[in-house]
Amino acid sequence: MSTPESAAAQPTSDRKDLVRVEELKVYFPVRDGVVINRKVGDIKAVDGVSFEIRRGETLGLVGESGCGKTTVGRAILRLYKPTEGHIYFEDVDVATISDKEMRKLRRRMQMVFQDPYSSLNPRQNVENIITEPMLVHAIADRKEASEKARELLEIVGLPKDSTSRYPHEFSGGQRQRIGLARALSLNPDLIVADEPVSALDVSIQAQALNLLQDLQGQFELTYLFIAHDLAVVRHLSHRIAVMYLGRIMEVAPADDLYAAPLHPYTIALLSAVPIPDPAVESRRQRVLLPGDLPSPRNPPSGCRFHTRCPFAQTERCPDEVPALRLLQPDHLVACHYAEEIRDGKIEARPPEEAGVEVPRDPQPV
Amino acid sequence: MTQPLLSVRDLEVKFFTRRATIHPVNGISFDLNPGDTLGIVGESGCGKSVSSLALMGILGKTGKVTGGEVIFEERDLLKLSNAQMRSVRGRQIAMIFQDPMTSLNPVLTIGRQITEVLRTHLQMDKEAARKEAATLLDRVGIPSAADRLGDYPHQFSGGMRQRVMIAMAIACHPRVLIADEPTTALDVTIQAQILDLLRSLVAEEEMALVLITHDLGVVAGVCERTNVMYAGRFVETGTTRDLFERPQHPYTLGLLRSVPRLDRPKTARLETIKGSPRDQTQILTGCSFAPRCAYATDESWAETPLLREIAPGHRVACWNPVSTSVPAGSAEQGGHS
Repeated sequence: MSTPESAAAQPTSDRKDLVRVEELKVYFPVRDGVVINRKVGDIKAVDGVSFEIRRGETLGLVGESGCGKTTVGRAILRLYKPTEGHIYFEDVDVATISDKEMRKLRRRMQMVFQDPYSSLNPRQNVENIITEPMLVHAIADRKEASEKARELLEIVGLPKDSTSRYPHEFSGGQRQRIGLARALSLNPDLIVADEPVSALDVSIQAQALNLLQDLQGQFELTYLFIAHDLAVVRHLSHRIAVMYLGRIMEVAPADDLYAAPLHPYTIALLSAVPIPDPAVESRRQRVLLPGDLPSPRNPPSGCRFHTRCPFAQTERCPDEVPALRLLQPDHLVACHYAEEIRDGKIEARPPEEAGVEVPRDPQPV
Repeated sequence: MTQPLLSVRDLEVKFFTRRATIHPVNGISFDLNPGDTLGIVGESGCGKSVSSLALMGILGKTGKVTGGEVIFEERDLLKLSNAQMRSVRGRQIAMIFQDPMTSLNPVLTIGRQITEVLRTHLQMDKEAARKEAATLLDRVGIPSAADRLGDYPHQFSGGMRQRVMIAMAIACHPRVLIADEPTTALDVTIQAQILDLLRSLVAEEEMALVLITHDLGVVAGVCERTNVMYAGRFVETGTTRDLFERPQHPYTLGLLRSVPRLDRPKTARLETIKGSPRDQTQILTGCSFAPRCAYATDESWAETPLLREIAPGHRVACWNPVSTSVPAGSAEQGGHS
């Protein structure tokens, strides 16, 4: 009953794509029992995801907590072993190569983590933190490495003499810069940035986003930018993939996605983002979703979003998994009725029908 | 003019630790009337949460209110005994916290936690309290409310737990509801549900809402008035409209410009506020924002600016407000409108 998601998403030229993910599945076993520890099910964190990351671009991966976006990012670096599917980094399948080969490949892919407080070793000084990857991969001797560290610190906007200081002496924004310098030390092709700015205050967040942008140009980096904040994702990304409950719902160039979202989930997600402008806020039409995210252990049949979708139909949606298909140039969507919704032939049901109270008073202009 | 419902005057809070004295709140004043929705916006460490804890009287051991008064129904809350305060807290002034995961007791049922509020403050009997608890859960939008009273917090999702917190907070029909980052831990679609609930409750209950948040978007959608806080003081206050359309303090302007906006075309680069937030162990002479400010003048370094009215209902604490000046020393930033 499931259709291959990649059918329409077939690869453009390989040279353009740095990473190609095909039908990726990552399941985490759920165990139960005290004496006999048996497997009773799976958390289907990622359940059949295909996309590509083009060389030099920023692909934004958005979705709510529990949608599997972090798992996808970690699977690409093989911090989690994929259950099924392929992850091609250029021509090498990350999902199947040996650990030894993987270690070599990791030099070319690095990660920046969300929490600048727990992702730096508190007992190492900044020089050690930044030089360690270079020494581990033996691409520089100690002297070269510490010179490079100073250089990198300057690039990310920290004083060169920070090398002998420890993480606790830095603020959150500065620590995130140290994390970036560490990722850059190996001169990688791909950086997977998992919520790199969500722990930062707004004034600091803007500084960090600008830095990420500058570095991309300077080091010819490709980013997989994972975040839940849609405004931030749009600001940085060339293309955006929207995930819901382990599957991709929509992939499109950033401007297209925000100007004319095609998937009902994307529409709802965008309309839920508060806009810092009271005049705009009072005029906005919202598509409120009823209820909560279903459990990834037992996801809904058919389209995973049909239980909360304001446009859901009784035909196809509950029992047929929608394929991710090309609807407009470079714009993929996984919805049976995307055309009808776009053309206004199907209208959204008010969320009251699902038992959630959502009054919204029209405010005087 | 009639007496406001709640009136905070020159509230000052300090934390005394072994290493240093910290100055989280350095004199803030505001009034609340029934039906008001006031947003307090600021970045982490600006003192926004500490001020709300201070007026609820739950600062903890190291924190001390060192000045000011909080007048509620002709009494200064800061002068009440613990026992007297207990009858106000939760009954007339209620609070919702950021983290719905840790603010409910994990080993007690939801029903028990809500009925406790009702039985303590309103002296209801067991049966009546249970009925009322079910009604409350229903009001905050929890499906099949009566059946869920026996459930434990872990059986609820984050959004549902926040609904339970709200049910507990409005159980005694408080006059003032303080919501400290109520949606920060939630996903955007759930955040939209909770904000809608808060909006409708304020209208129905005729209470005053203080919404503390770092998210300018949340304030724009919920609050009539907004106070921007920096380094323990309000730097700009006014109606939310005025503040967002004609920000006068360089900090407010900086905050508004540094967030990417979904409803505007993409910009190449974000504007930033240089530097990082202040060191809380010191009180600077002059304006505490001066070290990060493009508009700072000699006066800014010499003397602390006080809030003054620059348009009806719109006040700003700045020697060189945005509309009357060109930023000193940064030509490329000029031409603000």
